[in-house]
Amino acid sequence: MILKEIHVSQISQAIEELSIRSNYDLPEDVVASIAEAARKEESDLGREIFQLLQENASLARTKRTAICQDTGVAVVFLEVGQEVRIVGGSLTEAVNEGIRRGYAHGYLRKSVVGDPLLRKNTGDNTPAVLHTEIVPGDDLRIILAPKGAGSENMSALKMLTPAVGAEGVKKFIIDTVDKAGGNPCPPIIVGVGIGGTMEQAALIAKKALLRPVGQRSPLEHVARLEEETLEAINKLGIGPQGLGGSVTALAVHIETYTTHIACLPVAVNIQCHVARHAEKRL
Amino acid sequence: MLRINTPLREEDARKLKMGDKVLITGTIFTGRDAAHKRIFEALQRGEELPVNLRGEIIYYVGPCPAKPGEVIGSAGPTTSGRMDPYTPATLKYGLKGMIGKGLRDQGVVEAMKKYGAVYFVAVGGAGALLAERIKKAEVVAYPDLGTEAIHRLEVEDFPVIVAIDAEGNDLYAEGRKKYQKVG
Ligand code: SF4
Repeated sequence: MILKEIHVSQISQAIEELSIRSNYDLPEDVVASIAEAARKEESDLGREIFQLLQENASLARTKRTAICQDTGVAVVFLEVGQEVRIVGGSLTEAVNEGIRRGYAHGYLRKSVVGDPLLRKNTGDNTPAVLHTEIVPGDDLRIILAPKGAGSENMSALKMLTPAVGAEGVKKFIIDTVDKAGGNPCPPIIVGVGIGGTMEQAALIAKKALLRPVGQRSPLEHVARLEEETLEAINKLGIGPQGLGGSVTALAVHIETYTTHIACLPVAVNIQCHVARHAEKRL
Repeated sequence: MLRINTPLREEDARKLKMGDKVLITGTIFTGRDAAHKRIFEALQRGEELPVNLRGEIIYYVGPCPAKPGEVIGSAGPTTSGRMDPYTPATLKYGLKGMIGKGLRDQGVVEAMKKYGAVYFVAVGGAGALLAERIKKAEVVAYPDLGTEAIHRLEVEDFPVIVAIDAEGNDLYAEGRKKYQKVG
């Protein structure tokens, strides 16, 4: 079998470009979803806020500047085709080199502290949080999703008891959003992972945020749960920026995974309206 | 729309009411987690602060670096709640206004009522737009903290909303009540 060779310098180059692009250009589906929600918002102040968010995103795009000053921790998903051979050095170091260059050249904020208890800034926004998966094929797919702390801090995970079922899951999601109030910069997107083990639930909750905004789960019962939960969330009244309104969330995205006979893990990963991600295939 | 200039006297702060839309012009200071910790510790030791914040407004922000030829990078508010443990002490010291986003705890609200201070919110995630209203930026204390250093900002018509006024009225609670639907 002939392996496709990818040099680590190509990976650094791609990551550098994605760091900048993701922080300057809000994805089109997010822009469209905000525009649609703006039309539905009942509060006058809420509609004004929506207007500002739209102006802000388009200013960032044209002026080539960061949409939000919290340019986040760089969460990187690598899907490495099993017929790919990475040459020229360490993959992890290549990713971090890309982040280092992207955050410097893009004038992005350096928001990472080295040790979580000692809390000294690393100065270059490295290291990335890196998730690598081996997949069939000879492509290397890179997704970079900068994650701000305002919404990340409002996320939660709970090991529910299977007896509580879909209703219990829904209640936990709604309680998490309720408690978060205006802190995560609503309108939010709610990423949910149900099933697996503790860490698997958290990982699929984060991946759920990468879906085009509002795309329903292909599983009928899950799609229904997404719709019902979204409707209930938008009745909370939290609204844009938490100052009251009828649009608190743009979407609820739920991913599921098989789980243990005794388990029902649920992870809720909250994403603010600056729902950034960009990708590239090598 | 109201227009105010900094610094703020107590009677100015007490005049602002929940829900007022305000444009701020003048000098404001930045400060977030790490700077608050230092300010708090200095106040506890009874030391003077490296910058005089009496009558001033503090903006909870850690801006992006400025591109060449620009004043500042993206500069929107960060979540205020993390500053709650330090805030009653800064209000007692004489701070008159705070700009951030998100909820405050009861300790902060009580101190705001007692000392006559106001909590403004700016739109979170609108950092590119808000940066346009910042005309000058300079680090004035704790330069080792990088983005978290205290910056002196000159702002013009910086748009904020009074979220909690000096009587303790809270727009987060009121706004929600209005749009909450039961069932
Ligand atoms: S929660 Fe999002 S929009 Fe708000 S400050 Fe953080 S990154 Fe920016």
